[in-house]
Amino acid sequence: MRAILDFLALIDRRIIYAVLIFAIILPLFLKPTLPSSPTKEVIEAYNAVESLKEDDIILISTDYGPSAYPELQPVLEVVLEQSFKKNVKVLLMTHWQFEGLIVGINAIEKVAKRYNKVYGKDYLILGFKPGVLGVMIGLSEDFRKVFPTDYYGKPIDSYEIYKKLIKDDTVLNYKDINLLFGFEAGATGDSWVQIVQARYGVKMAFAVTAVMAPGYFPYYQAKQIVGLVGGLKGAFDYESLNKSKGLASLIMISQVVVHSVILVFILLGNVGFIIRRILG
Amino acid sequence: MILDVIGIWIAAFLTLAILSFVFGDNPIYKFAEHIFVGISAGFGVILALNQAIWPSIQMGLDPSQHVFIRTMTVVAILLGILTLIRLEIFTYIVPSLVWLSRIPIAFVVGIGSGISIVASIQGFIFPQTLATFLPVLSPEYMIDLSSPLNFLTSLLFTIGPLVILLGVISTLVYFYFSTEQRGVLLGIAKLGIIIMMITFGASFGYTIMARFSLLISRFYFLLSDWLNIIR
Repeated sequence: MRAILDFLALIDRRIIYAVLIFAIILPLFLKPTLPSSPTKEVIEAYNAVESLKEDDIILISTDYGPSAYPELQPVLEVVLEQSFKKNVKVLLMTHWQFEGLIVGINAIEKVAKRYNKVYGKDYLILGFKPGVLGVMIGLSEDFRKVFPTDYYGKPIDSYEIYKKLIKDDTVLNYKDINLLFGFEAGATGDSWVQIVQARYGVKMAFAVTAVMAPGYFPYYQAKQIVGLVGGLKGAFDYESLNKSKGLASLIMISQVVVHSVILVFILLGNVGFIIRRILG
Repeated sequence: MILDVIGIWIAAFLTLAILSFVFGDNPIYKFAEHIFVGISAGFGVILALNQAIWPSIQMGLDPSQHVFIRTMTVVAILLGILTLIRLEIFTYIVPSLVWLSRIPIAFVVGIGSGISIVASIQGFIFPQTLATFLPVLSPEYMIDLSSPLNFLTSLLFTIGPLVILLGVISTLVYFYFSTEQRGVLLGIAKLGIIIMMITFGASFGYTIMARFSLLISRFYFLLSDWLNIIR
């Protein structure tokens, strides 16, 4: 008994890594189907996009980089699918310099091609501007003040989409935005809520990384945001609501198996620790 | 097409190079790390110049702009130049002028604090405090006796506001240091510790989920896009 406990206590970390890698790879080959039971906050985020009508405007902010790709990219692609299916106009921006641009442009070009959407007519890539607070406040006056040109360097008011979006006045600002969907791997979402939602009452939903999710739940509970998609589980639920099978659906099974393995390790470690302490 | 293949091979090599850290720090890992830092810095500088600095100067100094806008753009450019004095080289060349770099920093700190303080009160403290003023038992949910699981779930949702109330009060009491924590106060503070431990546990669980999501997606990339073993 003592020898087993000692073995468990002194187990080489590389053996644990090997077990975890096996737990990741095996389900990817077997591909069992997982049942999905979306949570209320994910359903409400999905419904917020579904409730948009033709020619409404969705502002998408991709405030993440490749390190959050598996958790947020599947949601971004589904949100774009929902928007393009309903002929909703999409504006894409980022506070995350080149990382946010890479993931955002990658997704929007992929989905726009699938739905035959035209750049400048159905969607616009505003790009990146430094200074989170200044950008958010500047957008409340006129988008052209912050983004005089789009990502490709052409004035945004020269595009057909801009002329359509300004509606009955001469400027495009938060009043024209029907939904802001933020994809957050950091604290930028806090600023979106505390500045833009609190001051200008913009309706917003978020997809956030699992690390950030506990910090965003209070906003959902206080009804400051209408929906929240947290981590890979949220992404898997979001894909299942759309009945699509993207990256999140393909890798979620490995997540379940790995979590189970970790639970077993934690249980074994704690039982071993307690017994060793009792035995002295 | 050929560029896609080259891109996948580079991505696969860099993924494996970074994963090689499992065997300890090594030259291949260092190589990948340096490539990442170098490309990030280079890309960042060019993007900032191309997307932010140059268009702002062009727009601000455009003759069609009002004289006030053009003057403010010149002030902004000067403040930007003053920031550069903070570079180490200037501390040797003109050490007596280095203090000038504090002016633009003072602007940034002042504006940032001004916006953030108001935003925290208006967008965080007030709405979050108001969100704790709820009926102790949630009227949105009814106790469901159809099955033991449904009963448990509905019970947890119904008592949710009560848990929030107890959690907020007990955590605040834990951080109340104006008097010695004894008796009832100590009991409530201990409940606060338990609530905080549960919160930290949930955050840690979510963190594990996030890290493994990333690892799983990298393995998926290696097995599908690179090796074509799974489809």
